Amino acid sequence: MYGLFLRHFYLITRSFPRVLDLVYWPTIQITLWGFISNFFATHTTYYNNAVGVILTCAILYDFLFRTSIGFNMLFLEEIWSRNFTNLFIAPMKIGEILTSLVATALIRALIGLIPAVLLTSPLFGISILDLGIFLFFLFLSLYLFGITLGILVSAGLLRYGPSFENIAWSTMFLLAPFGCIYYPIEILPEVFQKIAYLLPLVYIFEEARNILINQTVDIQNIYYAFLWNGVYFVLSIVLFYYSFNVAKNKGTLINMGE
Amino acid sequence: MKNLVEVKNIKKNYGKNEAVKGISFSIEENEILGLLGPNGSGKTTTIGMLLGLLKPTSGEIFINGQKLEGNRIEILEQINFISPYIELPKKLTVKQNLTVYGKLYKINNINERIEFLSEKLRLEGLLNNITGELSSGQKNRVSLAKALINEPKVLLLDEPTASLDPEVGDFVRSFLEDYKKEKKISILLASHNMNEVTRLCKSILMMKEGIIIDKGNPEELINKHGRKNLEEVFLKLSRSKNELN
Repeated sequence: MYGLFLRHFYLITRSFPRVLDLVYWPTIQITLWGFISNFFATHTTYYNNAVGVILTCAILYDFLFRTSIGFNMLFLEEIWSRNFTNLFIAPMKIGEILTSLVATALIRALIGLIPAVLLTSPLFGISILDLGIFLFFLFLSLYLFGITLGILVSAGLLRYGPSFENIAWSTMFLLAPFGCIYYPIEILPEVFQKIAYLLPLVYIFEEARNILINQTVDIQNIYYAFLWNGVYFVLSIVLFYYSFNVAKNKGTLINMGE
Repeated sequence: MKNLVEVKNIKKNYGKNEAVKGISFSIEENEILGLLGPNGSGKTTTIGMLLGLLKPTSGEIFINGQKLEGNRIEILEQINFISPYIELPKKLTVKQNLTVYGKLYKINNINERIEFLSEKLRLEGLLNNITGELSSGQKNRVSLAKALINEPKVLLLDEPTASLDPEVGDFVRSFLEDYKKEKKISILLASHNMNEVTRLCKSILMMKEGIIIDKGNPEELINKHGRKNLEEVFLKLSRSKNELN
């Protein structure tokens, strides 16, 4: 019994990502649900005239989550199946690898999204299509941010190897409190608001709420969402190439999955 | 004979650790070169550099006359690799795996190529089987088919018959001998199976602690070191101080 305890104790103490993982989840859950509870306690009538807002935001967030996790999963599958080296000795440019992952991640996310969208109408009498033509821009923006996060995490996997896997699962949850998915940005402390404004998520979800509650469109929100998406997307590509070069120097590519 | 592989004074450092300390060698067309050495001698690092998965700290690698640095994609089209430490996706069928790699290597006539390789490697009855459910010997032959899908000019083999039973091991060795003769390819064989190396290799490099400590054909090395077989030569060199020839 003590031996089995030691086996896991050694594993945890030898890996910083594993220690971080233990602390990370409760902290994030409490922070996120703390803000949500605060919001509902102080704004009881906020969603009175737009019952579908929470569900619409949940679908939008799920699409982002599926896109990002989908991208990570594609990368991780190659590591888990010990096929990673085969992939990187095939005559494919890094750009080709990324493009194929980006396209496959979209298909995976759409497969998950379509049934969810179709179910909300008969089950809850709510249609996400109420967002109109701007729904397309919101989805496009979320897709861009999802694959950006996927590329950033994959860059981490290249750079640090499979021990970075835990981070792959947690990036979306780290950003959730700052993304203002279920509450307006004003509910966050000022310092958190400053961070939130540097993310495209806050503009996307603020705009979704704006359209559904106020029945108006603020183009500036959509513009800022794409602007920040562009910045982070370029940064993620640069980082991926950098990590690939570091991996070639460190030997991560040949040892991955072992 | 033309050299398909030329390695010129390559070094690889991981921080302060010198994994490969400036080695040079070449492999001719229609030649199998054995790469021997104890664990940690730098064999895998050398193979990694030849595959472009590792960047040499210094030195140059030429494959079929092209410098690896700056031509990685063109060179990867001409080489392939098999190792027991890497596998093909387990949930896909054998044919699906070979088709995926046929596409990645931009093979035009994939079905014909798969048919040819499955006949040569006794895979005809396994094409629709799930790869993960195959025996070690069958998986090994599928990996070999994947490694030959692009008709490589240079084949890098890292312990290609490890964990195979004698019959399958013999089949793989015979296949490699015949394939090399027929296609005039160059093969780099890293192996701990001395009988295999004696049978297949025209010449051998013995590595230890990142340097080449001896080289020659198997018979020469056995005579030179006054031993009965290559295994004894390997043990002598592994246990002795480095003696650069």
